[in-house]
Amino acid sequence: MRRGLEGMSRRTLLAGTVGILVLPLIGDRALATPDSMAEAMDEVLGKGARIKPGRVKIELPELAENGNSVPLKLSVESPMTAADHVKALYVFSERNPVSNVVRFHLGPRSGAARVQTSIRLAATQRITAVARMSDGSLWSGTADVIVTQAACLDET
Amino acid sequence: MPATRIVAPAKARKGEVIEIKTLINHPQETGFRRDNVGRAIPRDIITRFTCTYAGEEVFRMDLFTGVAANPFVAFTTIATETGDLVFEWTDQHGTVTREQARIVVT
Repeated sequence: MRRGLEGMSRRTLLAGTVGILVLPLIGDRALATPDSMAEAMDEVLGKGARIKPGRVKIELPELAENGNSVPLKLSVESPMTAADHVKALYVFSERNPVSNVVRFHLGPRSGAARVQTSIRLAATQRITAVARMSDGSLWSGTADVIVTQAACLDET
Repeated sequence: MPATRIVAPAKARKGEVIEIKTLINHPQETGFRRDNVGRAIPRDIITRFTCTYAGEEVFRMDLFTGVAANPFVAFTTIATETGDLVFEWTDQHGTVTREQARIVVT
């Protein structure tokens, strides 16, 4: 789990948050809400699935100047053996128009539970990653990102 | 066919965890944008990427509109035997882009 905002003053954080709140609505599409993320999580992970915090580490920049391409690194604490490994890693967004961002399917042949990609972020938000282990347990990690220029959903 | 780039070791020791990086040139168009006369630009995305190693799937990725243009991914696999790494990107229309790389394991 990442405590990414510890280096930031409360004021900076507040300013960033307020900045996003006063941004005009982007285009004619309402952004998703944390509720629609919860729905997507229910659908993917099973309704009411027990998700324990921990073991999953998300690395995202604290401040993304351009939401069109934000580097994302994920890793999970796992021995990655035949008996105990990560089967899947799911990434969810609470503010993008589509709550499912990306999914990775791993296995004992992965050797390590770490992946990297680049994602779009439509707004300042918290990104959640959930790992499904071979024993069926679910673990999660989150990261907060401030986005100054959102991924283009606008009408330009 | 979209251009692709692959970074994978040509040689590895048996049992070594190797890192593979791939990228495909693709707009990963979300379907949420409009062109300069206001028409919606239709969605056009890669939805799936797989890597098989000597015929067996070792990695798979499901992509949505939230993956940035020119989808990039880095992942790992254990070097088990000399063989071909085959990479396949499938778009929403079912079109497959295929690339491969040989790895020699000693």
